[in-house]
Amino acid sequence: MSKVASATFRDSLSVSLTVGAYGVAFGAAAVANGFTVLQSCLLSLLTFSGASQFAVVGVLGAGGSAISGIATASLLGIRNALYGVIMAPRLKVRGLKRVLAAQITIDESTGVALGQEVRGIDEMRKGFWYTGIGVFIFWNLFTLAGALGAQAMGDIRAFGLDSAVPAAFLGLVWPRLTGNFERALAVGCAVFAIAMTPILPAGLPIIATAFIAIAVGLKK
Amino acid sequence: MNAYWIATIGTSVIAFALKYSGHSVPEKWLSHPKIQRINGLIPIALLSALVAVQSFSEKSKLMIDQRLVGISVAIIALLLKAPFPIVVLSAAVSSAAVYNWL
Repeated sequence: MSKVASATFRDSLSVSLTVGAYGVAFGAAAVANGFTVLQSCLLSLLTFSGASQFAVVGVLGAGGSAISGIATASLLGIRNALYGVIMAPRLKVRGLKRVLAAQITIDESTGVALGQEVRGIDEMRKGFWYTGIGVFIFWNLFTLAGALGAQAMGDIRAFGLDSAVPAAFLGLVWPRLTGNFERALAVGCAVFAIAMTPILPAGLPIIATAFIAIAVGLKK
Repeated sequence: MNAYWIATIGTSVIAFALKYSGHSVPEKWLSHPKIQRINGLIPIALLSALVAVQSFSEKSKLMIDQRLVGISVAIIALLLKAPFPIVVLSAAVSSAAVYNWL
């Protein structure tokens, strides 16, 4: 393995391990919110997109319907379509390989690939595949561990899991709060969702904030 | 089939359809600056709403309990630039302490 290739591999591996470890939090959150271990693992294998997975378990855990959960998760999954648009002309794959590439098109694989731009197109492709496959392996293993761990707990509140779940959401949104506009949007949506919780059916207060985002995004 | 199964399968099917469509539609369809911008704002809105609802409600009722302590500790950890696992763990430990001993 050449020096350049090993640098890409190192980037991919460190991202895969770090992100994969979040899978523990997801597996635990899913079980804490009423999903079975099998359902938790299927979400990680098939949905394979952290924010969407956390969202669907969060909405159902809050008493929302399956439709609310699916809608919230899918709105968060739109960005993967945009990543696909960026990656497709660079990967140039067809058939089964395109199916595999699509499944591992997430924040991290796209991010690492774009990070290799200065090293050339071959390294971008390697970064995408190494990271996507690496995160997939670790994310799924750690999901199983987290789900089994939470299942063994009994009263999840005694282990603080009821707080670990919103803390995990907060950790996901925090890096996106880059300016005053983003912070104001976050606080506004949080307050709106809380205010609507006693009024609207569960799940809707969360989805409704997506329309706030669309409205301010169109206006600005 | 209960709601959890419908949610698991439905989310997975749409997640893949979104990913695959990105690889298959012409680039110009999705590269409009407004779409890009809204796409950056949607996660902020939904995740912030989820933080709030998961911290301060139980089904359709608002509630202040040990989770207030947990989420406050998480905010402090994030302000101190702690890594993700520390944020989640510190929230869990402080919340569990309040639940078990207060």
